[in-house]
Amino acid sequence: LQLTRDEEEALAGKNGEALASAYRILVAIGEATGAQKLVPIKWAHVSGVNYNTIGDAGAQFLDKFSRTAKVAVRTTVNPMGYDRSHPEDISSRFQEKQSSILKSYERMGVTPSFTCTPYEVFSIPQKGTAVSFAESNAAVFSNSLLGLMTNKESALSALASSVTGKAPLSDLRMEEARNPTVGIESAYEFGNELDYGLLGYFTGKVVKDSSVAFGGISRLSTIEAKALSAAIGTSGSCGMFTLGDAKEKISFGKKEAKKVMDELNTAEEGDIITLGSPQLGMNELDLLARLSEGKKFRKRCIIFCSRAIHDQAAKIGLAGKLESSGAEFMCDSCTCLTPYVSNEKYDSVVSNSVKGAYYLNNSNKVKVALKDFRTIVREYVE
Amino acid sequence: MIINNCKKIVGGSGEGPAIVTAQPINFLAMVDPKTGMITDPKHDLHNKSIKGAVLIFPFAVGSSVGAYAIYSLREYGTAPTAVVCVKADITTSSGCAIADIPVVNLPVGAPVIKQGAIARVDADAGKIIVKD
Repeated sequence: LQLTRDEEEALAGKNGEALASAYRILVAIGEATGAQKLVPIKWAHVSGVNYNTIGDAGAQFLDKFSRTAKVAVRTTVNPMGYDRSHPEDISSRFQEKQSSILKSYERMGVTPSFTCTPYEVFSIPQKGTAVSFAESNAAVFSNSLLGLMTNKESALSALASSVTGKAPLSDLRMEEARNPTVGIESAYEFGNELDYGLLGYFTGKVVKDSSVAFGGISRLSTIEAKALSAAIGTSGSCGMFTLGDAKEKISFGKKEAKKVMDELNTAEEGDIITLGSPQLGMNELDLLARLSEGKKFRKRCIIFCSRAIHDQAAKIGLAGKLESSGAEFMCDSCTCLTPYVSNEKYDSVVSNSVKGAYYLNNSNKVKVALKDFRTIVREYVE
Repeated sequence: MIINNCKKIVGGSGEGPAIVTAQPINFLAMVDPKTGMITDPKHDLHNKSIKGAVLIFPFAVGSSVGAYAIYSLREYGTAPTAVVCVKADITTSSGCAIADIPVVNLPVGAPVIKQGAIARVDADAGKIIVKD
């Protein structure tokens, strides 16, 4: 990796310790991905906002880092741990810790988006634009469907790109890596978004390359593409997919789908329904409202979405429809690792998200009944 | 045994007993930062601690926040002394860069390092010395 003179000086600490750390990160990830130089990026999306994910060590790091670092490009941020307009169930300790993290990000000058689906909220730069997205579903979705160019960044590498405005020119920021040599051939009848989640989780586990091709799938709805992107990002290191064939083929069928279900589907029923990992967008809210129109959820149902999407949905009456069916909105947060869905309150939850199921099982330590949207409505709405 | 031609990802050096796995690690979901223990019952390092060890694994997977999880290990004093990857990924590299944990990639065809063998990683020299 060759740095310019300015970059070398920043690495040596000429512009302060925070920028020096940022360049240390860029050098490490540049070496890891075989980059020869750093290039400018237009947009950084940073993860590591929820106190439950970064903990005290992360909060202290950000507090110090943000004293001298400022964003150099548009920087959006991932969900935090809870919705500040619903602090009821949240301990004051958690609120204080979360507040310290928010202050650090504010000091740096980020856009307080608190979304894991920035691609559904913000204007999208033109195809081929280099960006730096940490949230894995956003990286996979943006590479695959929007033509943006990002590696599957970490919370810290996207932060480093945010404050320097640069990222290594490597891997998925180069055309070569975006043409998959490994393909998944599906002999499987995809009926719903959950099926695509199963495919994605399987793919992440078996494909070690940065990109993968899906054969036997001619088109994907936005809802399906989100489920697929999120699941790929959860289980592996692959950061992009295309539709079509590739040289090397791996098959995906009923047996492979069942294996994923056996791993992640750990309950038959749930105490509550939790939707939104990734946070729901307008398409999903619309589908859910149509399916449950005039009926009521017979279990508590929490919908996680971004404030921006919620406000749009409220404006056209969509949020109201869902609320009249008994669903509750939680903004700025998501299913994974939120104190709203803890094992002190619930033994098991119902969700349609493979990504959600992975983190609910492994991090929140609650059991998960994995069911698709339509099945959830059929079984829990009357 | 000396393994040369290891690619330096993060500089520095560290020594400790090798803890070896062929399975990727999700640092956010599988590692308890307070103890350094691998908590995933499905992982072959389940109930083993990476504290003070030379951690040898293919690469990290999963959450981008894993980088903070690595930094937390450092803050809790439960970090590995060095990390050896088959192909270091962005989460591992960035987390270790901030936590000052040396990282190298193994060269292609490197000999197997035995579980528990005392290993010294010199990232700047691109070298791993394993005591027999």
